[in-house]
Amino acid sequence: MRLSWFNVTSLTLGFAFLYLPMVILVIYSFNESKLVTVWAGFSTRWYGELFSNEAFLDAAWVTLKVAVVSSSFATVLGTMAAYVLVRGGRFMGRTLFSGMIYAPLVMPEVITGLSLLLLFIGIGLDRGVLTVVLAHTTFSMCYVSVVVSSRLMTFDRSLEEAALDLGCSPWDAFRLVTLPIIAPAVISGWLLAFTLSLDDLVIASFTTGPSATTLPIKIFSAVRLGVSPEINALSTIMIGLVTIGVLTASLATKRNALRQKKDAQAAARAA
Amino acid sequence: MPQTKFAPWDDPNQKPLIRFENVTKRFGDFTAIEALTLDIYEREFFALLGPSGCGKTTMMRMLAGFEAPTSGRIELQGQDIASVPPNKRAVNMMFQSYALFPHLTIWDNIAFGLRRDRMPKHDLADRVEEMLKLVRLEQFARRKPHQISGGQRQRVALARSLAKAPKLLLLDEPLGALDKKLRQDTQFELMDIQEKTGTTFVIVTHDQEEAMTVASRVAVMDQGALMQVDTPEQIYEAPNSVYVADFIGDVNIIAGTAQPDADGVVMLNRAEGATPLRTRSEIAFAPGQPCHLAIRPEKIAISAERPEAADNMLQGKVMDIAYIGNLFTYHVELPDGSVIKAQTANTKRLASRSFTWEEPVWIAWTDSAGVLLDR
Repeated sequence: MRLSWFNVTSLTLGFAFLYLPMVILVIYSFNESKLVTVWAGFSTRWYGELFSNEAFLDAAWVTLKVAVVSSSFATVLGTMAAYVLVRGGRFMGRTLFSGMIYAPLVMPEVITGLSLLLLFIGIGLDRGVLTVVLAHTTFSMCYVSVVVSSRLMTFDRSLEEAALDLGCSPWDAFRLVTLPIIAPAVISGWLLAFTLSLDDLVIASFTTGPSATTLPIKIFSAVRLGVSPEINALSTIMIGLVTIGVLTASLATKRNALRQKKDAQAAARAA
Repeated sequence: MPQTKFAPWDDPNQKPLIRFENVTKRFGDFTAIEALTLDIYEREFFALLGPSGCGKTTMMRMLAGFEAPTSGRIELQGQDIASVPPNKRAVNMMFQSYALFPHLTIWDNIAFGLRRDRMPKHDLADRVEEMLKLVRLEQFARRKPHQISGGQRQRVALARSLAKAPKLLLLDEPLGALDKKLRQDTQFELMDIQEKTGTTFVIVTHDQEEAMTVASRVAVMDQGALMQVDTPEQIYEAPNSVYVADFIGDVNIIAGTAQPDADGVVMLNRAEGATPLRTRSEIAFAPGQPCHLAIRPEKIAISAERPEAADNMLQGKVMDIAYIGNLFTYHVELPDGSVIKAQTANTKRLASRSFTWEEPVWIAWTDSAGVLLDR
């Protein structure tokens, strides 16, 4: 099908708007010159420099640690919260609780960060990796809980009852039946929490200490002293990683859907 | 002496497998079950029949352990099971939605309950194969539930719930999702499997034909109470109330007042000047007591000429004829405007029918054809 000139224009404009800044950043990451805005030929020099820069590598390591640990905690807590809110039956204040779990979603990050900072000072907790992990767990668990509870709402309750009926304890029923079925939602909840933690700047800068500089904080403070080509290289790597992640996830989903469709057709033929 | 007829409920020495004793269940203000008492015996195929919201599913869920009675006792083999959680009961359930585990194969679905009992691997495999054979699904063992048809899923659900050899199997509208032809085949298969395994089955259904076909006894329920508990024949031939008569099959209900006669015969007086109707009744009526005559359409004879002699005969005219292939149902309008349905088997050819619309006819029945009901 041929696109009309109008469609071509709007498509070009839209995508240019979205991707032009990133494309420029990627191009300049291969710039020979130290000056960010002057093109002086292709080179991978800044990638080399980046990988020998201890400060950046440390920050990347801290970020990864924080993201893995906080998203794992957030997934456990968020799944538990979702399970209780969807499955727990009626209890006092249930509506209030399910409303309250969404609060961090709409709360300005500055306020979340500030209140966490006050809390950590109040209880005398030294700021460092631990406090950032706690802060990230706090704000990302509500995202996990939203994703998991929407899956649980469409979950056929009689599956759990069947498991109990066949001799499972409630914990076994959750472990052997509920969890495997809601696993895709739990995993996407984890990925969401992981990404949120990976690129959070505001909350991390409130709750971190000198021992734990995350990558976004490092980039932000480096940029304030002037954009260096090293930052461009680092950003390009991050863009690449995110792209691979998103592509893998969507391809996996698509293949899964295709297989299910084929199975359903096979079943219809067998009937 | 060998007992030929299966009727443990008539034997006072038989101990029931299940006993509901004065069981009441409330959900908030709503009473789902009201002071219900019922015995179910071993090897029975027992049907709970009623419209939706009559409490039949609540009874089943109380047996499975998903609901606890508000008051009263539920006994399984003489033991109160109120405090026994569902996973510790020798009771299994087949769910209306089948509730097959979508992430497990058919084989693993059937093995699920056995694994929970830590059955040795070898015995487990034998048992699963036995179950697959019972429901004729051997070649589908490695498939996932979404890779088989609805009828096959239904059989997997049955095999899974039977695998642990429960004392009692609960079936919640087990055939509701199947189309009519498949449903009829499956009904006979269910009866066959019930006989083979010797398990006590309790089935919940709103389909009266299904209940009549499969069950050894049927409990007709309405609004949390048992209306009648009896064999399908008794329920059909001798309903104890207008509700039961009307719920099961097609019936004519004629209202009037009783006028007892000799030898258990009661005359039913209808409106002023109408011929009284003669009925033999097991229950006694006081003179003038309001009552209803329930009579099945197929027990009413219809003819163009006045019958020679009959206990009851009325003249009317044909208002409507319903042709359902094997049966004709005539709607006969009486002089007082009421309509009586009479049914005849379609043994003659269509062309040789001796009366048609608007023609005067006689309808007749014997004094034992109907039952006289006081409620």
